[in-house]
Amino acid sequence: MDDDRIKNKPVSEGRRRFLIGSAHTGAAALLLGGGGGVATAKAGTASTSEQVQPDIRATIPTELNVNGMSHRADLDSRMTLLDALREKFGLTGAKKGCDHGQCGACTVLIDGRRELSCLTLSVAAQGREVVTIEGLAENDGRLHPMQQAFIDHDALQCGYCTPGQILSAVSCVREGHAGSSEEIREYMSGNICRCAAYTNIVAAVAQVSQQMGE
Amino acid sequence: MQPFHYSRPSSLGDALMQWQGSVANSSDTTSAAFLAGGTTLVDLMKLEVIQPQRIIDLRALSATYEAIRVDDSSLRLGAFAKMADVAGHRDVLNNFPVIAQSLSLAASAQLRNMATLGGNVLQKTRCAYYRDPSWEACNKRAPGSGCAALEGANRQHAILGTSEHCIATYHGDFGQALIALDASVVLSGPNGVRAIPFASLHRQPANTPHTETNLQLGEIITEFIVPILPWARRSLYLKIRDRQSYEFAVASAAVAMELEGGIVRDVRIALGGVATAPWRAREAEDRLRGHTIDEARAAEAAHIAFVNAVPQSHNAFKVPLGQSTLVRALLDVASMEVSNG
Repeated sequence: MDDDRIKNKPVSEGRRRFLIGSAHTGAAALLLGGGGGVATAKAGTASTSEQVQPDIRATIPTELNVNGMSHRADLDSRMTLLDALREKFGLTGAKKGCDHGQCGACTVLIDGRRELSCLTLSVAAQGREVVTIEGLAENDGRLHPMQQAFIDHDALQCGYCTPGQILSAVSCVREGHAGSSEEIREYMSGNICRCAAYTNIVAAVAQVSQQMGE
Repeated sequence: MQPFHYSRPSSLGDALMQWQGSVANSSDTTSAAFLAGGTTLVDLMKLEVIQPQRIIDLRALSATYEAIRVDDSSLRLGAFAKMADVAGHRDVLNNFPVIAQSLSLAASAQLRNMATLGGNVLQKTRCAYYRDPSWEACNKRAPGSGCAALEGANRQHAILGTSEHCIATYHGDFGQALIALDASVVLSGPNGVRAIPFASLHRQPANTPHTETNLQLGEIITEFIVPILPWARRSLYLKIRDRQSYEFAVASAAVAMELEGGIVRDVRIALGGVATAPWRAREAEDRLRGHTIDEARAAEAAHIAFVNAVPQSHNAFKVPLGQSTLVRALLDVASMEVSNG
């Protein structure tokens, strides 16, 4: 595992780049149960080709496009996109709530649409464009209108579900499903908030929806 | 999750070849699995309910099999179309409301963006005993081991189509809409291409609950064909559940009706949340054809639909709930304003 994780501190741009860089070293695959060597497939072998890999535990050289940047790592075929983001690329914005597609905390944008990173295999996400909460603000640091609306409306309490809520909310408006409070509630129902900040979340989504002239 | 080999074939032919290649060396035909949206498969692999040694990712097939088209006689839905795209498609919304509703009332926006139509109809039951391998007895997961739900928490379970071997509910919604519209399904496999009525895709558990469909080994669903019939426009999906959104049906009804001068010319009824597979209520339909429809007649039909129900210890409520759901669906569909344009 990467031992250079930062706890309780915002990741500075420079630090983030370092973390991203460290992913290139390709940590060894996690071994479950009995030992056995880890065969790392040679760099450059295409994971999508017809070859049958001799070792079922061999890692797969994987390239993912996240927030407009290319991230490379040798990943276990079992690693979900959520785990790759958090454990390999230092992008801890997407949260692990249920890890079974039931809570929405891991919501990211893939090819412009909201999807669940916990049910997406990293190797299967190759060739697709992933946007996480870290990629939502402008490069100069200005927040996305939805991020600002969540602050304006106090649409969070503990904050754990918030990255998923915000990405889902951005999509909700883009999809044209934010026409009324009732519609917002229905189309945001895939994001659970244990603090029940729902009333203020609906207000934040409604504000952005009006701003964008829906 | 157990380790697996991953591959992403570039075509249907390659996918079938890879599947054959991987099961040829194995006595276990479940050793390879096709991956589409992943919303069922990845979940169950994490739970170690399904443990394929090879995942064949069908993403490359999407481009070929995701179109939504209407021709003179039918609506053709590519099996790799995403639930969200079909639910929001203008032609589907206008002319096949039961399909749009069955899809938009299912799961969450995120899951509907991921899940394909083909994967949707093949989704596994949400029976808690099936989903948790620490329960030894599950004939669906471990043939011959028994059924823990019979003596267990079976409030969510089925009352129609059950057997002493399995009472797991089929939890999908879209399947009921396909039954109500007489849809057929196109399958491609090692032995070629064939089309079968969607109603004959799923099997009731009987004494082989682990065999859930009539798919031949290695077959992939490529398309759904929904005929444009007079009752497609006058159709709806009514879903009753424990909470208003993002929840499986406790009882549901897909109903399509051809109404002429207040007389039911033809009708299709499919029930969900109460049965072991997408369930057509033929006898209830027969009670309605040729008659005017009012609450009394709808209640008669609903009574007939559940006359053979076998409630378990915790779900007898599903009989009156299922009947009421069907009555409301029938009255609502009869009062729909449907233009012929």
